[in-house]
Amino acid sequence: MSDFRQGNIVKPYKRLDGEQINRIHETSMAILAEPGIWCYNKQAAELFEKNGATSVLEDQGGSPCWRVRLPRELIESAIAKAPSKVVMGARDPRNRLELDAEEPRVYFGSGSETNVWLETEMAEFVDPNDDSDRRKLPKYTEKRGSAALLARAAHLCEQLDNLDFFVRPVNIQDEGIDERNHDVNKFFASLNNITKHVQAGLTTLDALDHVVRMAEIIAGGPEELRKNPILSFIACVFKSPLQLVDDTAEKVFAIVEQGLPLVISSSPQGGSSAPIQEAGIVAQINAEILTGVALTQLIKPGAPVLYGSVPVRARLDDLHDLYGCPEFNQYNVDCVQMARFYKLPCYSSSGVGNAKVPGMQATFEKLFSHLYMAASGAQYIHYAFGLLDRTNTFCPLQAVLDNEQIGLAKHCMRPAVIGEAESEEALKIIRKVMTTNHKLFTRHTRKPVRAGLVSEPYHFESKTGEDHVLEKALAYMAELEERPVKHLAKDTVERIFDEIPGLLPELKQSM
Amino acid sequence: MSAEILEKIASNVVQGRVEQEDEGFDDGFEGQPAVTELVEEALGKGIDPNEILIQGLTASMTTVGEKFEKGEYLIPDMLAAAEAVGAGMDILTPHLLKAGVKSKGKFIIATVAGDLHDIGKNIVAIMLKGAGYEVIDLGVDVPTPKIIEAVKENAAPFLGLSALLTTTMRNMEEIITKLKDEGLRDKIKVCIGGAPTSQDFSDKIGADGHCSDAFAALDWVKAQAA
Repeated sequence: MSDFRQGNIVKPYKRLDGEQINRIHETSMAILAEPGIWCYNKQAAELFEKNGATSVLEDQGGSPCWRVRLPRELIESAIAKAPSKVVMGARDPRNRLELDAEEPRVYFGSGSETNVWLETEMAEFVDPNDDSDRRKLPKYTEKRGSAALLARAAHLCEQLDNLDFFVRPVNIQDEGIDERNHDVNKFFASLNNITKHVQAGLTTLDALDHVVRMAEIIAGGPEELRKNPILSFIACVFKSPLQLVDDTAEKVFAIVEQGLPLVISSSPQGGSSAPIQEAGIVAQINAEILTGVALTQLIKPGAPVLYGSVPVRARLDDLHDLYGCPEFNQYNVDCVQMARFYKLPCYSSSGVGNAKVPGMQATFEKLFSHLYMAASGAQYIHYAFGLLDRTNTFCPLQAVLDNEQIGLAKHCMRPAVIGEAESEEALKIIRKVMTTNHKLFTRHTRKPVRAGLVSEPYHFESKTGEDHVLEKALAYMAELEERPVKHLAKDTVERIFDEIPGLLPELKQSM
Repeated sequence: MSAEILEKIASNVVQGRVEQEDEGFDDGFEGQPAVTELVEEALGKGIDPNEILIQGLTASMTTVGEKFEKGEYLIPDMLAAAEAVGAGMDILTPHLLKAGVKSKGKFIIATVAGDLHDIGKNIVAIMLKGAGYEVIDLGVDVPTPKIIEAVKENAAPFLGLSALLTTTMRNMEEIITKLKDEGLRDKIKVCIGGAPTSQDFSDKIGADGHCSDAFAALDWVKAQAA
């Protein structure tokens, strides 16, 4: 593991026992047998049919739809072909991730594609009745996501030491961006500003070849890219409940053929597009993801794939997603256990909430799930940096705050180190200290401190009685953003601009 | 030869190493002679005890202080260094007295009656000793008469009182009153410390100073001598 990011190996919290796992599996198999799935992609329906499913064209009066009933043998044998280890490459090889379904090594990253960038500045307010009472409070400005902001996010995320991978957190909506050049700019703005793994969905299938070619240029060639896949894709192939989407399925075929890692993600909402009951939503999402994963393995056995589970719960006052609630964590931990049961690396979520600005609510909602999901042992936890207002807003200040929270959560999850040597040393220290007048263990903290075993106080604490967390975090963010950007080399950028059409000229920056 | 050993003592103070088996701030020191072994060696070689004190022990504490100011050192590093100086002082003191070198002064320190808390008091004691004061630590739960007796017996110019409880801090006032009654108050400077104490409380009971931490105690005692 020396050439990879280390992540944190945890002792996974198990919400489900073996019997419950089997029950969910059996229910998922039963769902796929009857009612089966509504498959809007002909190629997928045919492939399933060829491998033992029954497929019947249903006349729904709209797009053609095949009702596909999948036998358990098809799903189980296909899933068994999926690799349990997937390497997520990176521009800097030291930033690669090794996702092993059989090892609960946890990594945290950003996500997802928000439209709003929330900028923060501190403004001073004066008490109208007392000029001497001046307080700094945050003022927020919403900005429309752009390629420049995505590049800024990538640079900031490069600097956040607890962020292990980068899922593009902001949608680019510049004037020169349309469906045709959305993907190349999205990936280039990311890859040219961060050396960690980059992941995103694919807006249009037509762009795939250009995106892959760009990655090949950066990685040093087609073979090098497959060895070190510096980027990967997310495909939400299911629209819950149980509807396999036509154009996303097409993308799955193409991405799998390219040999690059792919997340098969599903995000049903308990209470609207799935049952709110845990036994129901987990069995349904599991059925959806397994079908997607099986599809990848029928296309190409051994294709690198992640079990992407993002089950959410509906608010019952407006039916929006409700993230900062216990059920979100419960559903997600269950899915992590299901992924482990199938020996598939798990793409999961934490740090999403309902708060619209940084502050107490955001802190509560985020820490609540950062800790819980880290304890689950999910290998690849996205959504964890900077998201606000569910998944609608990316706030860089919040990303900095999340970095601090996740650092402490990672520290919490470190395994206990209580071996023979440690116990002997402890005994020696206690005996030694008890011979002194002062009976202080302070000097003996130095070794563990230097070994990085002792956590530091909250980075944004204030020594006074006032809360200056946001002000301090903002100052720290400015410091991080001032650091030099790790752009690609000049000749690489030149080559990319020569070969890849549609790139925005303002993104042409290099080392 | 003497320069080399004094330099080693100074370096081991900076590393915060009392004995051979101690680790230092940097790696690779364990097993090598530390302050106590080196001070013994220096004395054995006939090096002037005052030179050992100044060049070996106290000068290096300035380096430690600077490293702490820069954030390079944390409290444990500072305390380890002070403890190393203190251990060196224990060996040197009889030799210094023989050579007619005076200490910076006696400092009596105690946690007052009814109170068993001594972390803060012990940290202050280590730091004071590391700074060259002769610390007379009376321990915890020290009854007032015992403190008064120690003041008389040692003719100490400084007294530090510690309490962590709002119930026991009141005993500080009793000690100061008793010092007045015994005609000792003008001969000794009294500072107080501990979580519930404050400058206001210090003023109220007639102490000479309130020290919020060990650094404040060091500053206070230096200011009294100035």
